[in-house]
Amino acid sequence: METQQCINIIETMVPCLVRSGTDPGLAQFLSIIIGVLIVTLMPLVLVILFIWLERKIAARVQDRIGPNRVGPFGLLQNVADAVKLIIKEDITPAGADRLIYNAAPVIAILSVILVWGAIPYSPIHIGADLSIGVVYVVAIGSVGTLAIMMAGWSSNNKYALLGAFRAVAALISYEIPMILALLIPVMIAGTMSMQGIVEAQQGMWFIVSAPIAALIFYISNLAETGRAPFDLVEAESELVAGYNIEYSGMKFGLFMASEFLHSFTANLLFAVIFLGGWSGPFVAQLPLLGFVWLMAKTLVPYIFTLVLRATIPRVRIDQMMAFNWKFLVPIAIVNVLITALVLKIVQTVGLSPSPENATDFVANLPQGLILFATNLFMAFIVLNMLRNQGRRERMADQARMLRTVEQDKQIVPSAAH
Amino acid sequence: MLELNAQTIVFFVFSLLTLGGALGVVTNRNLIHGAIYLIISLFGGAGLFVLLSAPFLAAVQVLVYIGAIAILIIFAVMLTRSMTQLREVFNGQWWASALVGVLLFTLLIGGVILPVWGNSGTNPNLPVSDLVATTQDLGVALVDGNQYVLPFEVASMLLTAAMIGAIVIAREDD
Amino acid sequence: MNVVNEWAFIGVFMAVAWVLPTAPLIVSWIFRPKRPNAIKMATYECGVETVGDTWVQFKVQYYLTGLIFLVFDVELIFLFPWAIAYNQLDFFAFGAGLLFIFLLSDALIYAWRKNALEWS
Repeated sequence: METQQCINIIETMVPCLVRSGTDPGLAQFLSIIIGVLIVTLMPLVLVILFIWLERKIAARVQDRIGPNRVGPFGLLQNVADAVKLIIKEDITPAGADRLIYNAAPVIAILSVILVWGAIPYSPIHIGADLSIGVVYVVAIGSVGTLAIMMAGWSSNNKYALLGAFRAVAALISYEIPMILALLIPVMIAGTMSMQGIVEAQQGMWFIVSAPIAALIFYISNLAETGRAPFDLVEAESELVAGYNIEYSGMKFGLFMASEFLHSFTANLLFAVIFLGGWSGPFVAQLPLLGFVWLMAKTLVPYIFTLVLRATIPRVRIDQMMAFNWKFLVPIAIVNVLITALVLKIVQTVGLSPSPENATDFVANLPQGLILFATNLFMAFIVLNMLRNQGRRERMADQARMLRTVEQDKQIVPSAAH
Repeated sequence: MLELNAQTIVFFVFSLLTLGGALGVVTNRNLIHGAIYLIISLFGGAGLFVLLSAPFLAAVQVLVYIGAIAILIIFAVMLTRSMTQLREVFNGQWWASALVGVLLFTLLIGGVILPVWGNSGTNPNLPVSDLVATTQDLGVALVDGNQYVLPFEVASMLLTAAMIGAIVIAREDD
Repeated sequence: MNVVNEWAFIGVFMAVAWVLPTAPLIVSWIFRPKRPNAIKMATYECGVETVGDTWVQFKVQYYLTGLIFLVFDVELIFLFPWAIAYNQLDFFAFGAGLLFIFLLSDALIYAWRKNALEWS
């Protein structure tokens, strides 16, 4: 929790500028501007790579090759697509609310980019290490919902409005388990600062001490970012695309870019909060290596998300809502209750690591193992309950089917012959 | 007395957003536009919270007011058909609300602003609570038996009651 | 020392970050063809002409979901300060937080039993 030693992306260069004769205030301001530009440009450039990766993986799953014509390995395919979107005619439907219609895509992508400013890339590289980092990230994410609502309403189209309403209802619902899952890392780390959460994982990653919370966070992130099996936000093969139906040209492109970026950002958050963020070997000597570790850790859940998208069928909206309110939320609440109780007992008994050896793996072992065992136990009980429920429902189905067959026989006895 | 530094400028920008947004809410005929103006106003409020070194409240403002209540208001507007294009600007009770507004304004000026007018925030005689300095202190204070534990639990009860009420009312409709 | 700086960063970030996504829109506005006509601008409805008002009345279920979400959102926000202070709470203060979560689950059970969570 030594957040004092972590400094800004920007502060590293203030001394250099001041030494070369710049006014300190101006140097501060310049460095902030440069930091902002880096953090804004990074996701916008990287998104081209993510889309390429997604198309490649989806293609491989479906036994295709994927983009392979433009540039080496088709890497420039998305640049070509962007150029195409830019020179495409842009249609604003008659009766649309022009200002809101044009602002919606920008707000959508902004709600993703702003998250990148609070992500720790290495021990010393972070846009802004806010004391309320976790809540900031969730709050900025909730603004994205607003963009969808604005897009749907301003298009003056029934499908767009209906799609937006369904999407928003689903998105806000899945925010609840996400916030509940985030409570547990905050509880263990004792801070909401993103840098503090990463540092609290030096001894043991939170995916070990809170696997159920990690799983809930991952699932609700799938829903929040509109990924399969929860991609009802724009079920492109069933609905006519949902809230962004009337959008064309670059505005549509911005919505698409924000969607791809959102998915990666969610997995980036997963890596920061549950997979130890930038922590890895030799980070203390070479801080920039933290960025590499972070990206490597992010790619694991991200590629899993991509494979999920290519393999899993879509759920219905009522299934999606029921899964959230009747399964994820109750489990997340029970998870918070039990983890809080067990952790308090562990702390009272004195098994949790002291502040001096918080980064030591062995010192973290007792607490981590007890929490892991508790989580396993909870998972076991939940699976058993699910199994019993499933069996009951299958039996009921079978009984109903048998009854129907009997009734059919009674109504038309000759039909059997 | 009023020095023009970066903080003052930012304060004016956020105040302008807050007041301008509020003005937009009450003068706009389109309810959805009103909701958008409300969001702008609330965003300005969040900025003011940051300036007051209360970042947690700022995040709550964005998460709860912009992310939840604004959405709820838009849901409510869409629930009531043909309310999106209201024609008349004033309704029959405008004078009553104006009266309440003027009363509240006087109260705020007389009770809150006048006593501290001219003090640039460093007056040690001002009643400033040092109990809650950080979000962590807030957490301790909320569940401390000698401080706010009762309001904390009552808030939970209140929210539960609000939800029960909402479900009862909404269920009668359909 | 850094608190002001951090928020200055976020402030500048919010002021500047929207410029870059807007840039392609402006470039596009310069280069793209602009030949609108009435049919092209018509509301897309799978080839059928639009009937009636777009802003139709919606189900009460959306509003109800929004309300339940709001109640949970507000309650969870109360829990974050509690979670930060978790390590330094005694058993009584800790129990107060648990009671809070318990009341929260009460609300969920009520909504469930009253079928307010059904999406038909």
